[in-house]
Amino acid sequence: MSSTAAGLLQVGVLVVALAVVHRPFGDHVARVYTGSEHTRIERAVYRVARVDPDSEQRWGTYARAVLGFSFVGVVLLFVLQRTQSVLPFDHGRGDVPTSTAFNTAISFVTNTNWQSYVPETVMGHTVQMVGLTVQNFVSGAVGMAVAVALVRGFTRSRADRLGNFWVDLTRGTLRVLLPVAFVFAIVLVASGVVMSLESGVDVDGHTVATAPVASQEAIKELGTNGGGVLNANSAHPFENPSGWTNLIEVFLILLIPVSLTRTFGTMVGDRRQGHVLLGVMGVLWTAVLGVIWAAEASGLRPLEGKELRFGIPSSALFANTTTATSTGAVNSMHDSFTGLGGGGTLLNMLFGEMTPGGVGTGLYSVLVMSVIAMFLAGLMVGRTPEYLGKKLGQREVTAAAVSILAMPALVLVGAGIAAVLPSTREALTNSGAHGLSEILYAYASASNNNGSAFAGITVTGDWFQASLAVCMAFGRFVPIVAVLCLAGSLAAQKKVPVTAGTLPTTGPLFATLLGGAIVLVAALTFVPALALGPIAEALL
Amino acid sequence: MTTTTDAPTRSPGESRGRQVSAGVFHPRQLLVSLPDALRKLHPRHQLRNPVVFVVWAGSILVTVFAAADPDVFTVAVAVWLWLTVLFAGLAEAVAEGRGKAQAESLRRTRGDAVARLTTGESVPGTALRVGDLVVVEAGEVIPGDGDVVEGIATVDESAITGESAPVIRESGGDRSAVTGGTAVLSDRIVVRITTKPGESFVDRMIGLVEGAQRQKTPNEVALTILLSTLTIVFLLAVVALQPFAIHSGGEQSVIVLTALLVCLIPTTIGALLSAIGIAGMDRLVQRNVLATSGRAVEAAGDVDTLLLDKTGTITWGNRRATEFVPVRGTSEEELARAARLSSLADGTPEGRSVVELCVRRYGLPAEPDEREKTGEFVPFTAQTRLSGIDLDGRRVRKGAASAFTLDADTRAVVDEISTRGGTPLVVAEDDRVLGVVRLSDVVKPGTRERFAELRAMGIRTVMVTGDNPLTARAIAAEAGVDDFLAEARPEDKMALIRREQDSGKLVAMTGDGTNDAPALAQSDVGVAMNTGTSAAKEAGNMVDLDSDPTKLIEIVEIGKQLLITRGALTTFSLANDLAKYFAILPAMFAGIHPQLDRLNVMRLDSPQSAILSAVIFNALIVVALVPLALRGVRYRPSSASALLRRNLLLYGVGGVITPFAGIWLIDLLVRLVPGIG
Repeated sequence: MSSTAAGLLQVGVLVVALAVVHRPFGDHVARVYTGSEHTRIERAVYRVARVDPDSEQRWGTYARAVLGFSFVGVVLLFVLQRTQSVLPFDHGRGDVPTSTAFNTAISFVTNTNWQSYVPETVMGHTVQMVGLTVQNFVSGAVGMAVAVALVRGFTRSRADRLGNFWVDLTRGTLRVLLPVAFVFAIVLVASGVVMSLESGVDVDGHTVATAPVASQEAIKELGTNGGGVLNANSAHPFENPSGWTNLIEVFLILLIPVSLTRTFGTMVGDRRQGHVLLGVMGVLWTAVLGVIWAAEASGLRPLEGKELRFGIPSSALFANTTTATSTGAVNSMHDSFTGLGGGGTLLNMLFGEMTPGGVGTGLYSVLVMSVIAMFLAGLMVGRTPEYLGKKLGQREVTAAAVSILAMPALVLVGAGIAAVLPSTREALTNSGAHGLSEILYAYASASNNNGSAFAGITVTGDWFQASLAVCMAFGRFVPIVAVLCLAGSLAAQKKVPVTAGTLPTTGPLFATLLGGAIVLVAALTFVPALALGPIAEALL
Repeated sequence: MTTTTDAPTRSPGESRGRQVSAGVFHPRQLLVSLPDALRKLHPRHQLRNPVVFVVWAGSILVTVFAAADPDVFTVAVAVWLWLTVLFAGLAEAVAEGRGKAQAESLRRTRGDAVARLTTGESVPGTALRVGDLVVVEAGEVIPGDGDVVEGIATVDESAITGESAPVIRESGGDRSAVTGGTAVLSDRIVVRITTKPGESFVDRMIGLVEGAQRQKTPNEVALTILLSTLTIVFLLAVVALQPFAIHSGGEQSVIVLTALLVCLIPTTIGALLSAIGIAGMDRLVQRNVLATSGRAVEAAGDVDTLLLDKTGTITWGNRRATEFVPVRGTSEEELARAARLSSLADGTPEGRSVVELCVRRYGLPAEPDEREKTGEFVPFTAQTRLSGIDLDGRRVRKGAASAFTLDADTRAVVDEISTRGGTPLVVAEDDRVLGVVRLSDVVKPGTRERFAELRAMGIRTVMVTGDNPLTARAIAAEAGVDDFLAEARPEDKMALIRREQDSGKLVAMTGDGTNDAPALAQSDVGVAMNTGTSAAKEAGNMVDLDSDPTKLIEIVEIGKQLLITRGALTTFSLANDLAKYFAILPAMFAGIHPQLDRLNVMRLDSPQSAILSAVIFNALIVVALVPLALRGVRYRPSSASALLRRNLLLYGVGGVITPFAGIWLIDLLVRLVPGIG
């Protein structure tokens, strides 16, 4: 079988698997967040945390709970890293340096998993298992909770409550992420992924690092986290030993973002509303996959940094998926892609991570974009704009605008400053257009909570550690607060009935509009910057 | 529920063509408004519009740099940036200017009327208080808004309605409201003043047409937020571009970056936004409708349910003869001849309609001939309840069924007509009953089509009538309304509005009586007839000076058109950016990365001419779109999807293509300018 045919087969299997699984799984997720029963374990959790699971929160309270929980998460993770030397299984790696610990704490709490360190020599197994892996679960659950709160904004009428964050967090972790991660951790161990508490094994006199990989590998993909236990991430044979595990990992990355569109459709009582979002996500995902694949497959290029175990199609598939889902795991080095191929991965992030985006973040980002698209469309059909029966007035547009504005502001300001800092020249391995692409990529990755790196850039300097941490924090929490504010003002409205004058949001017309809005917003914002980076590279 | 029988009976189908349009735009208006536009360059005014403010600030910045180091290019960019700001002010000034003339004539009517109080003292009109009783006699101007409490008079209201025919105002009932500034032509009335000087109807009208009290409407605010967000995004994109350019080894001049910024931010819609709003109000004023707020105009576009009075809106104001039913062997023609004879002298609308039917169906003459003129006419009286003619010894009579002794056959016909909602008129000659004329409500032509269009737009129509359900059902079916409210009392109407609103719908209605006031206040768009009471006018959020209930449909269309114009021009403005990128980016960066020149698809002459051409296009497109902003985009009632598809195609795709052509053409001229290149 040729490499292209094998690649197409892989994509085909992936799409079929997702098509089959996302329905029951998405409905399961909907039930998780709408059911009123609590399991016995959950009751125990609520008792310990002193939470009344049956009381609901207003949007402000919900937002404060998200921020408070995440802040505590950052502090705990920071302390854990700084006291690593006294923890077991640190294998003599010592305390993590302050700037790295700070950056990493924010990185994992914001679901970014940007790694400015080499795990094999910096992170001990205890921090990995008790710190980073816990955040892999709960940061994913936070994203889903916010998405569900927004969906409730659409489904509720004249309500001032959006649900209970602690309940949403607990259920998302215990009923969605944990069971799936558990099953797939075992599948991955069975497929050859390493699971060991040793620091390494001796192979022909060389020490090859090992770690408790499999248990983290599943949630790394499932929670669209992407933080590798080993430096080479999914390009490492211990994390991703075969074509089979490669496909499983891509499937895991896409599972929740894709299924959440079904959850959305089920919760709003019109499955087609979910289909159209998935359709738009799917088309853009496929289009960029085509670009990356074609760019990588065409022409002569140096093989430095290219992934030879999986070949071009699997590399393109993984790279496209990981950048389109805010995951950031990599099975090949994006820095070594062609100008156009690397530009494709960058573009996925600049879309704002919604094709299909990260767990929860993808859904709420695309819904915010729908709000903007429907605002304009509503005007063009001569009605005060509305979406899913809710009027889009001043408050809604402001919240949506703030949510959308955060990421471009962070990328442009961050990358802009970095580009003229004298220290940046030394941090870059490439000059000219590709150097600029590397800077842009770093800030796009951090601000979108993606976490993948273009490599080729040394980010351990204080400026990068601090500025990227700021980008990760603001890129995560500004949209979250804006989205919850949007959810609050949507929930407070009564529902407008559907009439023949209502613009349907289920057909190809709306899909075109939404897809157009995603592409247009990204293009208008970033074309000038991209012209000096990837576009200049691609036209060479 | 009262009816508005004196309303102009224009059918909905024939209401001023099928397209909502406003007065014609004359290029001369641009010139006339220039002084006002120049006044708008003041920073205080500029701050009200964030998008144009950025252009204004950019113009100052570029001017400073151009002054420091002048050359043809920098001066040209500075000039065109200032022109962009000026054009934005011009668009607004032109829109306002159209109202100014109208305000001026209104102001003259207000004049300085002297009020004579019933107590005998005379006070200036401006010193009147609410509750004062004023006497107004023939030839005098009514000093303030109020209700007639005594007497009846004919009033010339042409000053505010433009309608030259005088109207009757009388105490009590629903025709008691008079407006300050209108003139009493005959008789004497006593008016109780209901509004304070300075807050009268004419004062409010002046404020409205001048746009003095114009506040941004909710939707305008929301759109401004979106446009501001886009402006911030572009500001960041352009500001961040400098470090990227420096990093790439090609620092850009402030002039070029400012030019890029101004081209990218949505200047077109930003410049035209307030003009669109003013013009929307103006379009209503042109149709003699006064809205108390822009909010009401926007709400009109959202209306889901229209409550329409049957009489005057759906049917003609009066019942008309539609059929002759002969009895006891009389031929239809014989009956028609007798009916005609009996109605020749009958000036009532019903009587005239009988003659019209005879003319139409049997070709009988409409006017009496010489012989017929010799007959003696018997007028209708409340006692006899019949009218007719005595001619050549024949006594021909027509009247209510109860005025005749009827046999069983005729009784059956009369009952049949009554139960089906018609009014039977019995015709007899020398006490011999010939037959019955059926008078019934006639649905105005084109009504059914109009309601079908409304349905396609997603608007439900509900007919409101005092008729019994049977009659109402028959007319509702004939007119094609979606629903009807029969034997409607004001409280039923109120309940219907509440019910609709509770399910999230917006309701519009018209009304004129005092008992309509609560429903007018409750409805989202309440259009009061100018002939109505002041209570009704206070309660509604619009007043129709023509008192034409069919106007409601036009009002809805104007509301929609207003929103569509905003949406279409926003889309157009954003779509324009694509071409501007293709013009400006290669011009800026082909020096650093020569391969970027491949993006110069328009093959613009030089970097400077490319940038200048984009700036010029950006300024000229504002002027080019002023007529569209004032007129509003074309609106045809159709489904939401069809509308969106059409507007996306026209203003989205059109917005992508137009600037490519425009910039290319401008570049052909600009490249000829010496010093550019």
